[in-house]
Order: sequence, then structure tokens, then C-alpha cells
Amino acid sequence: MSKNVVDSQPGQYHAEPTTMTQPRLESDQARQTTSPEAEPPRLVVEGLNIYYGASKVVHNVSLLIKTRKVTAIIGPSGCGKSTFIRCLNRMHEVTPGGRAEGRVLLDGEDLYGLNVDPVQVRRRIGMVFQKPNPFPTMSIYDNVIAGYKLNGYRNQKNLDEKVEKSLRMAALWEEVKDKLHRPGTDLSGGQQQRLCIARALAVDPEVLLMDEPCSALDPIATTKIEELIHELKETVTIVIVTHNMQQAARVSDYTAFFYLGELIEFGETHKLFTNPEKRQTEDYITGRFG
Amino acid sequence: MPTSMEHTDKRYEEELKKLREEILYMGGLVEDQIQKAVKTLVDRDSELAQVIIERDHEVNRLDVDIDDICIKLLALHQPAGRDLRFITTGLKITTDLERIGDMAVNICERAIELNQEPQLKPYIDIPRMARISQRMIRESLDAFVREDTDLALKVCKDDDEVDQLNAQIFRETLTFMLENAQTISRATKIASVSKYLERIADHATNIAEMVIFMVKGKSIRHMKELPPSV
Repeated sequence: MSKNVVDSQPGQYHAEPTTMTQPRLESDQARQTTSPEAEPPRLVVEGLNIYYGASKVVHNVSLLIKTRKVTAIIGPSGCGKSTFIRCLNRMHEVTPGGRAEGRVLLDGEDLYGLNVDPVQVRRRIGMVFQKPNPFPTMSIYDNVIAGYKLNGYRNQKNLDEKVEKSLRMAALWEEVKDKLHRPGTDLSGGQQQRLCIARALAVDPEVLLMDEPCSALDPIATTKIEELIHELKETVTIVIVTHNMQQAARVSDYTAFFYLGELIEFGETHKLFTNPEKRQTEDYITGRFG
Repeated sequence: MPTSMEHTDKRYEEELKKLREEILYMGGLVEDQIQKAVKTLVDRDSELAQVIIERDHEVNRLDVDIDDICIKLLALHQPAGRDLRFITTGLKITTDLERIGDMAVNICERAIELNQEPQLKPYIDIPRMARISQRMIRESLDAFVREDTDLALKVCKDDDEVDQLNAQIFRETLTFMLENAQTISRATKIASVSKYLERIADHATNIAEMVIFMVKGKSIRHMKELPPSV
């Protein structure tokens, strides 16, 4: 913040070149050189309006989801955050009466274009839900590989490798490697959720959508998922909907605040949680609501 | 969108209110300590000086208590936005207020020593410095309560006046010492008192700077020149 003042009027104000300020300036610079601005955003949402039948629930939202960053969507219940992310992989239209207008571009390609196969969209943009939902009749192994097999892969060696890699990425391998053929539902809630993440990762998605992935988990299991999110963003772009503001603050790089179907504020998480631009955001994050 | 100032969590609201009141109480106490400390010097009242020195315990206790409140708020409520800035500012303000309290004790100690010898000179600039420093503390805390950044900026600007008075007293006491070596002991003590008051004004400036950060989220610390407005 002081840097902005210094930048805006060079020469007039001067930050003391102390050891306190020096590393901060360096890290700011480092942040800028590795900033996602240099890389095109993975998802571009333009003028998105979302409907349930005749009623419009999300109004004209435009935002950029940066590549290999975690973007959190926060807001009170009913603000349209889950509906919004369900439009990012065309899941919303599965709901009766659900439709969306506007554009969602994945690497420049409009997901709502005429010749786009929604199944392909959902392969490239995976989703993890609030309640862990492993396929109840399948083993851990088959759960992980289910989506991958649907894509036509059958070679057993490849499948084994894929299972191990996905479970490792989901930080579950060590816990289940000796019982891969046990039912997925034998696992604890936190493990089941990581199994679902492994299943989503097995098809090599570019984006992973997480709709309140920790709301059914205890604090330890939550911490594991949060650590996992941190590791996964090396390879996958993540969008997470959460009711837990502290979780958004902990795991995300960018945060979008939704209220009554509108995007109120979108920006870097540290800025949004320490010094937001909009009064509505400030009221929400400080708990001055209602 | 409801935009009331109250938190939905009433207990949290109460604790924030208590924090604000405790900081203000500590500020009032510290201001009184300075005023009385300078009075012990001007009135040559060593007995009062002793009372003021004793009363510093209360300032120290408040420092610890307020830190406890802040840490509890941070741990239990995970504050964000302006609450976070308010609480972290509170933590820092008490450190400055506690140091101001120590300076008041130092003034009393010099006063007791000076009171044992004949008065070197009438005290004119020192009470003036004390008045400005006290006003700076009061205004910095007013700015804190009212979230008034204009007033906070004024406090930062007023610091120059205290610095000038300190330089003037230093030159004056130096002249005494050059003219008569017998005055060295007393003159250095007077110069010390002046330096304490100058430090007190610096601490008030720190508080004012933190108020600007708290309200605007913008740091004006360590700038060569103050911005005309924030």
C-alpha cells in the first residue's frame, strides 16, 4: 500500500532503504514477474446471466480465472456462487429449467459454443462436490479410474499407473495403497473426499471446481484438503466455493465476493481480506450483516 | 444489502467496544502522566513526582491487559478487513502509549534530581513542548476513535514544532554549559527532559500514522515528506 503511494509520486516520497522494506519490494517484483497477467487466464467469463426458468439468479458476471491459481467464491447463502461455478463446466443446464447466457471461454474457446460437447467440457473442467460421493458399489481402484475408463483407456499397466498417480496427487496413496480393492465407501469422510478428488484428477482436467469441498469434513480432514489444494495448483487451476471465509483466505490467491446474484468485488485475496474496496465486501468479511 | 455498523455477533461487538474503551482510558492516563510529570518539574514538587512514578504500574498493566484482549480477539474471531486493522493497530498503539508512560517516569526522575539543586532557568519552552505533546496524544487518540485521517495527519505535521523546540532548548542548555561548567549537570538534565518530550511527540506521531493505516489501509510511515492529504 505504501508502495503504491511511492510509485504514484516518484521522488516526492521515499521508503527508507532499510532491511525491512527491501525484501518486500523484491518480493513484490517477484510477484509481478510471475504474475498470471503474463500468462493468459484459463477461464474468461463474460456477461454471464444465469436463470432457473424465468427467474434470473446471477446477473451479468464477468471475471478472469487465472491459470494455476486458486480462485475462491464467497458470499452468503443463495448469492449464486454454487450456481455460478456449475456454469463453468455446463453442469447447471442439467438442472431442470437451468440455462445460462453469456460467454465462458476456456483457453479462448467458448464452452457454450454451438459444436461444443458438454461431456468434453466436464472432462476438461472437473468438479468435486460438498458431500463426498464415491460410487458406492465400486472399489477404491475402480472409483479412481471410472472416468478415465469412460474415455476409452483399457491398458491395465496404464490404469495401474494412473490410479497410483491420481491417488498420490490427491495425497491418499499412502493411506490406501494396501487396500485398493476395498469399497470406496469404507474410507473416512475426508479420505472419501480425497478419493473424489483423485477421481476428478484421473482424467487430467485443466480446471478443478470445488463446491464447498470441506463443509462435511472435520478440521483435520479439512486441513488435509487445504494442503492438497495448495499442492494441486502447481498443475491445475482451481475454483473453490466456500462458506468458510477463513478457508477462502487461507487457500486462495484471488477471491470473488457475490451478493444477491451479483459479483460485488473481485481481487487478490490478501487485499480483499485486509482492505477491500467495497463497503458491502467489508461488511460481509467482518461479519456486519443483517 | 444491510450496512449497519453492528456485528451480527454481539459478543464480538462488545469485545471490540471494550478494546476501544481500554485504549482510550490508557491514552487519558498517559496524557495525565505527562502533564503531571512536567508540573513536578515546574513546581519543583518531588513528592508528586514519586506518585507519578508509582502510577506507571497502572500504565504497564493496561498495556498487558490490552494485548490480551487483542490476542483473544485475533484467536477467537479471526477478524478481517477494518476489524483486523483496528485490532492490530490497537496492539501497536499500546506499545507507543506504554513507552510514553516510561518517558513520563524519566521526566519525574530528572525532576527529582533537578529539584535538589537551585533552579537553572525559568521553564518556558518545556511546558510549551509538554502542552503540544499532550495535545498530539489526545488528538491522535481522537483521530483513532473518530477514524479522522485529517486530524491524524495534523498530528504528524505538529511533530515539527516539537522538534524545533527541542533543538532550541538544546542550543540554550549548551550555551549555559559553555559559559559555566557548574551548570553542566543541571543543563544536561533539562536537555534530557526536552528529549523525552520530543520522543513523546514521536510516539504520538506513530499512533497518528497507524490511525491513517487503520482507516485508509495506506501506510505513510517512513516517508521523507508527509503527503498533503490521505
